Amino acid sequence: MSPSMPHAEPVGRFGRFGGRYVPEALIPALEQLEEVWRKAVVDPAFTGELERLHRTYTGRPSIITEVPRFAEHCGGARVLLKREDLNHTGSHKINNVLGQALLTKRMGKTRVIAETGAGQHGVATATAAALLGLECVVYMGKKDTERQALNVARMRLLGAEVVAVEHGSQTLKDAVNEAFRDWVANVATTHYVLGTVTGPHPFPEMVREFHRVIGIEARQQVLDLVGRLPDVVCACVGGGSNAIGIFHRFLDDTAVRLVGLEAGGSGIESGKHAARFSSGIPGVLHGAYTYVLQDEDGQTIESHSVSAGLDYPSVGPEHALLRESGRAEYRPITDDEAMEAFRLLARTEGILPAIESAHALAGAMQLGRELGPEALILVNLSGRGDKDVHTAAEWFGLIDAPGKATPPPATEDEAGTKGMGQQQ
Amino acid sequence: MSVRPILDACRAEGRAALIGYLPVGFPSVDGSIEAMEALVRAGVDIVEIGVPYSDPVMDGPVIQDAAVRALESGVRLKDTFAAVRAVRAAGAGALVMTYWNPVLRYGVDRFAADLAAAGGDGLITPDLIPDEAGDWIRAADEQGLDKVFLVAPSSTPERLAAVTGRSRGFVYATAVMGVTGARASVGDAAEDLVARTRAVTDLPVCVGLGVSTGDQASQVGRFADGVIVGSALVRCLTEAQSPEAGLKELEQLAGELADGVRKGRA
Repeated sequence: MSPSMPHAEPVGRFGRFGGRYVPEALIPALEQLEEVWRKAVVDPAFTGELERLHRTYTGRPSIITEVPRFAEHCGGARVLLKREDLNHTGSHKINNVLGQALLTKRMGKTRVIAETGAGQHGVATATAAALLGLECVVYMGKKDTERQALNVARMRLLGAEVVAVEHGSQTLKDAVNEAFRDWVANVATTHYVLGTVTGPHPFPEMVREFHRVIGIEARQQVLDLVGRLPDVVCACVGGGSNAIGIFHRFLDDTAVRLVGLEAGGSGIESGKHAARFSSGIPGVLHGAYTYVLQDEDGQTIESHSVSAGLDYPSVGPEHALLRESGRAEYRPITDDEAMEAFRLLARTEGILPAIESAHALAGAMQLGRELGPEALILVNLSGRGDKDVHTAAEWFGLIDAPGKATPPPATEDEAGTKGMGQQQ
Repeated sequence: MSVRPILDACRAEGRAALIGYLPVGFPSVDGSIEAMEALVRAGVDIVEIGVPYSDPVMDGPVIQDAAVRALESGVRLKDTFAAVRAVRAAGAGALVMTYWNPVLRYGVDRFAADLAAAGGDGLITPDLIPDEAGDWIRAADEQGLDKVFLVAPSSTPERLAAVTGRSRGFVYATAVMGVTGARASVGDAAEDLVARTRAVTDLPVCVGLGVSTGDQASQVGRFADGVIVGSALVRCLTEAQSPEAGLKELEQLAGELADGVRKGRA
């Protein structure tokens, strides 16, 4: 109809998902971001700097660790962990943030804003802002500032301002709303460092590309160690950035099953969960057309999860496509299952995972039991659990009342549970 | 249906149109309809009927608060059509302002048909750009409804041409970079944006975001075809001691704004 339409077809689609459902005021900023990003990734000055930071700051490549004692609880399958928890700042989030912070400098902007749920992305953004001399404001739901108080303090120590968002459910979705409001008002000086693979184009594709290094490294590491590809790759899915990061290099390896684990909360039937692929319906939230927990009037339904980082009612649009095409499958993991996996990894391997990542571990336990001892499972251990110590200690009743010691909880697994895999 | 004849009539009178926003369902569905009727009595030409939404990223605290309270008291999307009928019966233009997901969930074609059947003039879509609006544009054209898209101070000439090329009714120019809410001054950005928009389209250009007083309405009315007021009106209701007091304050402010647009070019 209009010869001046810049795009004959909607841009940034993954099948029918994705797009740019944002106020017009942000379109120029999204177009500038895409242009600067596409030029940067073919500019050796940019790619070289990012690679140098990966190597000398983040600590890439992250290692893989085989976990045989934990694997006894996974039907005896062989289990390898991709250790994104060992990255500087404690999770995969730094991969994306360093890339976007460098782009912020290239765009001549001086201020970054970010949303955060568990605080991992906020900490990573505050870190990159400190490293590159950028002003930083992090929006965090009030409920999350309470359950992730340690990360709030970390961000403040790094020089960021943390704004507790008191609207709506006071969790991640409301933090995203507030970040968008800030961005609309301050877009001339400010870049919104969106922390996951959703939001308006180009974020889902750009954030994926910054995390793709996870799967590139892991695929080669598994080949080097075992001499073959894994049968299954497991990753937790909130917005879905660590999952898309590890999945993407395996997309063409059609024999490799890609399994995303969503937060099942108190169980699907309870209605208190964040399992978008179990009961969500395609719709628009935060700039993207994708699966959304919503009621029959299109109002967003609040999600629930013990894990702040997975407590989000929507999911990255590329996951929606992978699910619809059947290339990836998605399962809910309940709070109880995730916390059991958390406890098991700690007790059997001496690794405290982030509660988010514990959902992926619980997925590996299910799949291992289904596939048996011949299976090889790669799990993305996307973050470490230091931030979750308080939540986990409360969950397991490990906090001493004043002047009284609590005995460790009774466990049945330390003595060896070689038979467990045969129960399934 | 279209608000275009109303805007043309205002232009013939030598003044800007006054467009007033209120959300459906606050303080109640009936209460919001009464408030919209009060706006029309006070001289509002077009009512912008807001659909409360759980995640309103273009709205500041006043409208967010009203939306949350409306949703908590059980407002449903279908109540929008009752408000449209009432505004139409009161003699004003009836445009619905909605974030996109409620319409998607309802069904775009079904929403357009039901809106037209209720006598609505069209939609204002704050988070739907024309690039993503293929289904809506088809449905609106089929039903003869207005498609009011937004332009912003950050819009490039290319974007202004692209957006206005797909618009019908008028073009909504956001006066400032930011979310809804009253501001002390509307600023020069609005006048510049209106001029840049007029350079690429013959459609009327109406200005929103930040206008809260009769003086501001008068000032904006000098260069815009319509003055859009939202948060200042909503606040009359959210901060009122009683629904009656709220209505009274609302009608008084709307009257002041209506006077403002009438003396703008006098």
